[in-house]
Amino acid sequence: MLEAIGLASIDDLFDHIPADVRLDRDLDLPAGVSEQEIVEDLAALARRNRSVDDLVCFAGGGAYDHYVPSVVWALAGRSEFYTSYTPYQAELSQGVLQALFEFQSMICELTGLEVSNASLYDGATALVEAVTIARSGERTRVLVAGGVDPRYVDTLRTFGRGAGYEPEVTPAPLGVGGVPQVGADVAAVVVQHPNVYGLLEDVTVFSEAAHAGGARLVQIFDPTSLGVLAPPGDLGADIAVAEGQPFGNHLNFGGPYLGILAARMHDVRRMPGRIVGQTTDVDGRTGYVLTLQAREQHIRREKATSNICTNQTLMALAATIYLAWLGPRGLEEVGRQAAAKASYAFARLMAIDGVEAMFPGAPFFKEFAVRLPAPAVEVRDALLDRGFLAGVLAPGDPHGLVVAVTERRTRDEIDALGVAMGEVLAP
Amino acid sequence: MNQGAPVRRQGPPGAGTLKERSRPGRRAFSLPALDVEPVEVPAAHRRANPPQLPEIAERDLVSHFTGLSQQNYGVDTGFYPLGSCSMKYNPKVAETAASFPGFTRLHPLQPDATVQGTLELMWRLERALCEVTGMARATLQPPAGACGEMTGLLIMRAYHAERGGPRRKVLIPEAAHGTNPASVRLAGYEAVTVPANERGLVDVPALEALVDEGVAGLMLTNPNTLGLFETDISAITALVHRVGGLVYYDGANLNAIMGRVRPGDMGFDIVHINTHKTFATPHGGGGPGAGPVGVVDALVRYLPVPRVERNDDGVFRLDHGAPASIGRMHGFHGNIGVLVRAYAYVFQHGGDGLQEVSELAVLNANYLAHLVSEAVPLAFPDGRPMHEFVSTARELKDATGIRAMDLAKRLIDLGYHPSTVYFPLVVEEAMMVEPTETESKETLEAYAAALRQAVGEASTHPELLREAPVSTPVRRLDEAHAARHLILHW
Repeated sequence: MLEAIGLASIDDLFDHIPADVRLDRDLDLPAGVSEQEIVEDLAALARRNRSVDDLVCFAGGGAYDHYVPSVVWALAGRSEFYTSYTPYQAELSQGVLQALFEFQSMICELTGLEVSNASLYDGATALVEAVTIARSGERTRVLVAGGVDPRYVDTLRTFGRGAGYEPEVTPAPLGVGGVPQVGADVAAVVVQHPNVYGLLEDVTVFSEAAHAGGARLVQIFDPTSLGVLAPPGDLGADIAVAEGQPFGNHLNFGGPYLGILAARMHDVRRMPGRIVGQTTDVDGRTGYVLTLQAREQHIRREKATSNICTNQTLMALAATIYLAWLGPRGLEEVGRQAAAKASYAFARLMAIDGVEAMFPGAPFFKEFAVRLPAPAVEVRDALLDRGFLAGVLAPGDPHGLVVAVTERRTRDEIDALGVAMGEVLAP
Repeated sequence: MNQGAPVRRQGPPGAGTLKERSRPGRRAFSLPALDVEPVEVPAAHRRANPPQLPEIAERDLVSHFTGLSQQNYGVDTGFYPLGSCSMKYNPKVAETAASFPGFTRLHPLQPDATVQGTLELMWRLERALCEVTGMARATLQPPAGACGEMTGLLIMRAYHAERGGPRRKVLIPEAAHGTNPASVRLAGYEAVTVPANERGLVDVPALEALVDEGVAGLMLTNPNTLGLFETDISAITALVHRVGGLVYYDGANLNAIMGRVRPGDMGFDIVHINTHKTFATPHGGGGPGAGPVGVVDALVRYLPVPRVERNDDGVFRLDHGAPASIGRMHGFHGNIGVLVRAYAYVFQHGGDGLQEVSELAVLNANYLAHLVSEAVPLAFPDGRPMHEFVSTARELKDATGIRAMDLAKRLIDLGYHPSTVYFPLVVEEAMMVEPTETESKETLEAYAAALRQAVGEASTHPELLREAPVSTPVRRLDEAHAARHLILHW
């Protein structure tokens, strides 16, 4: 090959690179190894983790241990899907394009909204994109309910430094509420339902306040709740976003996940990311393409509504397969079981001396907040030794623990958590 | 030689959307019986009507998605020379490792003591990426290259803000990928275009005229978007540094230079890496990727949180305390599952192997350019390509009316995923070809033969190009109709 191109050595391919920038030594990295050795290295690292196969998982906070059925990754793991790229050549990409069209269809159906994109990075960055849709002209402020996950607010704050806004959080001392005053300079009101403590918010009060002030209401939702809880569109949400991990994606220590974003049709040209549309080919056959590309960075460059290029197609495919596996009754059953088991777990933990509800009487879905008689971090860590990942630390209270219960947890596991927590807290 | 695109022409009887396959009462799911008392969702919050999701048996669901996969072309299907995307073979060992339950079954908010293996993996990978790029520290948090760009630009902003003000402008070469100007705008800067000279390189005198104290920085790939190495790179970075600006390395083309040149040694201050390009993590049909960002010493204080640190006793921890940090770029820690695959790639190859990757990528691109340049000339014939090259079908179009897109569609019928077309925008009828290092000499020669055949047919059988593709599940699709008559769900 070198001979064909008229060169004597590999070095000649690089000889036009100025000497002063060339690396004149080998990379200071270990030498290459065989496949067997790299597998052993990674297996050793994996063994140094304690997974939720080992620890019974009551941790939530946006990522949940829902059951992932076998079909999901048996199908999403087909390499015709996972080794392809963004479907620029539609004729060679009808598989991914149709699957994304089906994803968009099911997200619209679940959320009660008119248009969904083909996914974003994760829930927190989907919220950033939702806020970007809402901000225009004089409407620049972003008001956030106190029950919104602080990690989402932190992410908004980071991106806001570039865009020129600072999210303003309205306190919610009772765990819910904090409906803000909405003036003519407000772009978006953000509410999370169920919220960071697992509590059910009255979203309609937020949407009425937002709409009265001419702003958009952005709702963060839990996708597994939508078999039993009213869809965001019915509650007045203009834009709904979610962390899509619970739909068939493994916990993976935080990613890859997928951001879900759905909105009203009048915002379609302000939507970020890829959108798939149905059309026909020259013979009249139905097919699918990336559409409204004039919104996107590769066409509009500095005038684009978002810089999204690669997003999370594979995770959206997994979500689509998961939803098809569940169907309407399966999704409802997941929600019913999680709610019932969370309710049982709440009662079980309330029976422990010194454990109180953080927000007594407030209804919740699959996650609830308790106040412990000791610092939550100590209780959580002590329960690790007994085989439990007992929850995640509650924002705003060092004694608060947020406990999540999915359909995967059994009554026996919940009872065992109750016993173990009782022992840890015993004087 | 050509057997047509290896995607199935048409699906089995009864195919269609999941909605069309749905029949009332069918189901795939099974769940254990509820072992606690059921509870009622408060009436005010209850969903009135169940969502209209498809109802389908598992067997039919499997057939549906298997059929869809057969209508899709991936790297595993065949040659995929999509320029600027580094569609190299994705080693299966990375999939094996990434599927270990010790990685997949970790909750992102587990205490540090229970995730020491993953934290160590992140710590080692960060250091390896810094060695490859010549940076001091890196964040693994950005979930894609475009998010890496935002991370880098927000770091640039924070750096200047501490020195009197964020400044106004970021300079971008005219051939830059669209994410660059979009990111610049979202970071609150004005994008200013730097012209190229007749050799396809940054016009240094023009750059000099643009550089002033309002410039926060310059974003550049090297090799650049035309696949050419910016030989004046030291002068370019020095010009920007002279006014206190920072220089950002877009890692889209890092696959050309590993072990040969490092961005840090060229004077770059911030680097993003696309693991799905350089480090062979699968592209996933359009994600997930990962876009780690490395920085020089002076910028470490601005990196996102949390960061992985190692205590003196060898214990790893996630450190959230960094007052000057730009904050959080992701809800959790980034696309960790992708990073496990990148780790497998980096450490299986080792330093010597990574250098060989780049050497073979550049060799393959030069060999393929040699094979095709007579049929479709290089846009910049005087420059030596690095890992990719840009051809132009302008003469063919003038002579026959056949365009780059027609060639691309004919290549599909000849069994290949075509190259990138119409990018970069600065080249008329552009075809941007990136063969990558994983392709054999035979594959390159067969692709070149197919391209030459297609160019020949432009004169002899132009209908074969105009009507292509004919071997795929659908033929050319009406994109204008799709945008005018929006059908975005069933």
